Amino acid sequence: MNYKENRPKIIEFKNPEHIDDFPVGTTVPSGQLVKKNSGWRTFKPVINKDVCVNCLNCYIFCPDGVIYKSENKVDVDYDFCKGCGVCANECRVNAITMVKEGEE
Amino acid sequence: MKKFVSGDEAVAMGVRLARPHVISAYPITPQTIVVERLSEMVEDKSLKAEFLHVESEHSAMAAAMGVSSVGARAFTATSSQGLLYMSEVMHYVSGARFPIVMMNANRSIAVPWSIYGDQRDSLSQLDSGWIQVYVEDAQEALDMIIQAYKIAENKDVLTPMMVNLDGFVLTHTYELINLPNQEKVDEFLPPIDSIVKMDINDPKSLCFSTSPEHNMEFKYKQHVAMLNAKKVIEEVDKEYGDMFGRYYDGLIEEYKTTDAEVLLLTVGSITGTARVVIDKLRKNGQKVGLIKLRYLRPFPEEELQKISSKAKVLGVLEKDVSFGYEGTVFTNVSSALSKLENQPQIYNFLGGMGGRDISKEDIEDIILKLIDAHNGKKIDRVQFVNLKARV
Repeated sequence: MNYKENRPKIIEFKNPEHIDDFPVGTTVPSGQLVKKNSGWRTFKPVINKDVCVNCLNCYIFCPDGVIYKSENKVDVDYDFCKGCGVCANECRVNAITMVKEGEE
Repeated sequence: MKKFVSGDEAVAMGVRLARPHVISAYPITPQTIVVERLSEMVEDKSLKAEFLHVESEHSAMAAAMGVSSVGARAFTATSSQGLLYMSEVMHYVSGARFPIVMMNANRSIAVPWSIYGDQRDSLSQLDSGWIQVYVEDAQEALDMIIQAYKIAENKDVLTPMMVNLDGFVLTHTYELINLPNQEKVDEFLPPIDSIVKMDINDPKSLCFSTSPEHNMEFKYKQHVAMLNAKKVIEEVDKEYGDMFGRYYDGLIEEYKTTDAEVLLLTVGSITGTARVVIDKLRKNGQKVGLIKLRYLRPFPEEELQKISSKAKVLGVLEKDVSFGYEGTVFTNVSSALSKLENQPQIYNFLGGMGGRDISKEDIEDIILKLIDAHNGKKIDRVQFVNLKARV
């Protein structure tokens, strides 16, 4: 199964130039990612694939939906992971370690 | 059809005529009768709406926001501390451009704890991005609830609106009103058709964050929408008048101002008392007039300048104070008039706080002081009306 194809399609974000390019209020078609926010992180989750049993607890609990199923059990989209640590806390087999950015 | 009702009941009747889908209600004196009557209307099925009992005013506004975000018509009502408790969500609502209508019963802010009326609650929320109208009587309250939906839901406006009634003086006073016919109201106010909503066939993301790179443009558009409301308010007032026979002169009403040298500006129910005093002084040959400031946001700057341009003296009577400066209405009026080449002398009278009565005699006294100022006598620029203690 090609998991990547099953992920929602991202609408390409065009930077608005005219004021009419901005929406009325804060309502836009879903699926736009304007900015990557990986810069928010101080720690990042690193998944040990040898320990992971693919229970998908982390996938369910991730508040930002950045963990996705892959050929490699689960993977993290580091462009949008804010490093909150919920996945590491919820992992039943301690397969996820929070590592300080730059020290991995 | 004629009805003898309190201001709160008139609001409830106006809400029923506007056919909201959901009413989220948390009672607070002196707004309580509004939501009590609405709950009875839902119970007896004369109003087909969901009645949500929420645990706080913060939740009442948050629930209304949820209602509006699926494109349904929402109503809520509050007063005083309740309005302040809603404040956080009010900014969300106006930023998201949800056309919610709310009634606020103007009541004092604690402490000293007081259930009685003044206008410090709503005036503290001038910057929350809500349209604010202040009414003079029960009839105007009912009419403005119906008009509010039409204004708020206009596609060029899409801005929430607050209808303010003076606590007790209007909310609990019984008056004779004309109740509009439901079919005619349906003709005047079509079903809500908001573009700011979730849609299963066209998934939308609502109430997102922005970085500094994009935030200010959203605020600019919100500001333009509030300015657009000026024209829409005038149009809706005319359309309503043509259909129901009651015109309110849009943003601002003038009374006997044409040749007036001395003007008094009032907000809300005190205007009715001031009219009587103006009539009496006119009979005595005094050239005095009255301005009823109906809308505080959007602020009718050009209209106020036009009315005041020929006057020599203008007094602002209001039921609030911005501690350490002056009255909030006065600040706004001063700003508008400072742009005139020949601006009148302006004076500020602060009274009615915590429910203190402002009598005809008090108003006559104020206008006589303004006439003194016109005749060259020096009077204080900002003064409290009817203090009981020597200062």
